[in-house]
Amino acid sequence: MTSELLTTPLCGWHETHGGRMVDFAGWKMPVQYASIVEEHLATRRAAGLFDVSHMGRLTVDGPGSLAWLESLLTRRVADIEVGQVRYTLVTSDGGTVAVLDDALVAREPDAPDGSPRMGLVVNASNRERVVEWLTQKLPASGVQFVDCTAGTAMMAVQGPLAIEIVCGLCAAQDADRIQRIGGYRATAACVAGHPAAVSRTGYTGEDGLEIVVAAAVASQVWEGIYAAGKPRGLVACGLGSRDTLRLEAGMPLYGHELREDTDPFAIGLGLAMNLDGRSFPGAQAFAAMQNRLSGRVRVGLEFESKRTAREGSAIVMHSGHSGARQVGIVTSGSFAPSLGRAVAMAMVDRDAATPGTLLDVQVRDSQQAARVVPLPFYRRKKQAS
Amino acid sequence: MAVDLKFAKTHEWIRPESGGVATVGISAYAVEALTDLVFMQLPAVGKRVKAGESFGEIESVKAVSDIYAPVSGEIVEVNASLPGQLETLGKDPYGNGWVVRIRPDNPKEFESLLDQSAYDGLIGSQPHG
Repeated sequence: MTSELLTTPLCGWHETHGGRMVDFAGWKMPVQYASIVEEHLATRRAAGLFDVSHMGRLTVDGPGSLAWLESLLTRRVADIEVGQVRYTLVTSDGGTVAVLDDALVAREPDAPDGSPRMGLVVNASNRERVVEWLTQKLPASGVQFVDCTAGTAMMAVQGPLAIEIVCGLCAAQDADRIQRIGGYRATAACVAGHPAAVSRTGYTGEDGLEIVVAAAVASQVWEGIYAAGKPRGLVACGLGSRDTLRLEAGMPLYGHELREDTDPFAIGLGLAMNLDGRSFPGAQAFAAMQNRLSGRVRVGLEFESKRTAREGSAIVMHSGHSGARQVGIVTSGSFAPSLGRAVAMAMVDRDAATPGTLLDVQVRDSQQAARVVPLPFYRRKKQAS
Repeated sequence: MAVDLKFAKTHEWIRPESGGVATVGISAYAVEALTDLVFMQLPAVGKRVKAGESFGEIESVKAVSDIYAPVSGEIVEVNASLPGQLETLGKDPYGNGWVVRIRPDNPKEFESLLDQSAYDGLIGSQPHG
């Protein structure tokens, strides 16, 4: 491991708690503490606590900030209310149209001068180029744009007990507000005594919160949540279980399901594309993709075996007349702890995409039988609220 | 730890038994480093292997790893119940967690393997995981 790796304010905690540290997108991050499967199941059963400080956090403010982001993001921004969060793509049109990243855009409370303030959370692996792209697009005045990744920390508390655990660390008024916010909503609150931006978002398929605090108080907030949650079954989770959780939840990961040249509609991200009357970079080219009838689409695959197809595994379909032909490729695959078998997400030809279709996947030197299934693989039981 | 064990740098152990065969398994360190084992592929009995060649694979949630033959020879027995109870690898890596038995071609190949203290030195110098 090189000494060049970036570290989060929680790195010391991970190391003293048995975190197996790896290089992830240039960050020294825990892939797991003891067991990925245990961390995964604890998140489904009770709660998981994840350090996601490697994600890029960008702030945009100034009187022109709403209009500027409206011109750049695939989701409509102009009508976003304070406290609202939207999933969006960041696209560019320099020569060819490209998807640079997927991101969350949130409208934060207005700045003291009354001008809007927006937060963007981007992937660690894409932060530099998104920052570069936005900097290039920055108008001469009216918008300020700051990368606050280093000065802050971000943690995710996910699972059926997540909200209760965090609310136990808040004053009654804040706890009440957090309990009442809906999905993709955010609020300011004091968590374990420190000011935090709390949003009901996540990447696990569970209900839960993502919490951004100043880097200087990150350890205190983390340890507060950990101590309060541990007796109730909360465990610290690494990036390994974050990946198996999001895979079971059918969520795309940039670099796997989502790439520069991905057709967002083909991978089920049509909801992230607000096209009507919009002019974000590449809007016309993306509009042309909307009703495409050819090209591969994203599907879920379930295997009989526990042997796992990995990214890049070839997928073959046997048909009576034409024999076998390659119909696709695996984009993410893993043993799915909640299902007890291997699953994968894949891009396949449309005639191989119908649920129930039987396919063969080349896994190392063997062919593994797989069945196309609807996504997600795992859906949490909604609790009465 | 038993002194009759020898280790490959790739974390397999081998122990000579009576009758000219040797038992091969995966070191406790390697099993602990892999964690979350989900699948194991064993070779067919009768397969001939060369020292350093892969004869099987062990898969965890994160990754697939090859299992390499510490010495050349013929696979004469496999632990057929092991793939169905992979937890045995962690509970008893040097006993019931054995993987295959090999009839070595050349006993001299054992000399190039690591003894316990040399292997302990190797894993002591590696970052965990």
